[in-house]
Amino acid sequence: MKVMLFAGLKEKVGESRIILDGPSAMTAGELKQAIYAQFPSLEGDVFQVACNESFVKDDQVIDDDDEVALIPPVSGG
Amino acid sequence: MKQFEVVDEPIDINRYHEYTIDEKQGAVCMFTGHVREWTKGTRTVHLEYEAYKPMAEKKLAQIGEEISERWPGVRTTIAHRVGKLEISDIAVVIVTSAPHRKDSYRANEYAIERIKEIVPIWKKEVWEDGEEWMGDQRQYHPSLEEK
Repeated sequence: MKVMLFAGLKEKVGESRIILDGPSAMTAGELKQAIYAQFPSLEGDVFQVACNESFVKDDQVIDDDDEVALIPPVSGG
Repeated sequence: MKQFEVVDEPIDINRYHEYTIDEKQGAVCMFTGHVREWTKGTRTVHLEYEAYKPMAEKKLAQIGEEISERWPGVRTTIAHRVGKLEISDIAVVIVTSAPHRKDSYRANEYAIERIKEIVPIWKKEVWEDGEEWMGDQRQYHPSLEEK
């Protein structure tokens, strides 16, 4: 599953897109756990998951071909 | 221009102002947010903004819809700039027009509060001695935490 990163998350990992190993469909909550497991540098970082440009809750299922992004706390304005 | 957009270039506020004017509107409120040099004694050298652009524009449009539900008759346009911004540059412009002034004021403040909650745009403050992505109260300049 491809995942987009922004801002501080992107800088920590050093990539704007990462490939997450795992099943072709998982919930947003499972995706968060997979992120922390595969990218230990993000441990302690908080973020919301966006799927197809909408925020999703932890129980929503995300498919392999969805557009997935990690959204750290925003600071526009 | 689009009614709700994220832009890379300096913001020409007049275009957004004109967009909200029509024969029904008697009051126009325009807010511009600028890059501030001094925050509680810490000097900012410049700012960098980054956005998840398509989602950010959707969320700006969502704010416009929320305003239309709360204050029917208000027209809203919002632009946020990304990239490297210098001191006093305009980061965001919010224009709300209404038949009467009260709704235009209220809708305008609502818009900036919602931007800070739901729009995927991030600000990196660059100081003389470091830099940090904002987005969390814990992430202000280290000198602020000593107080």
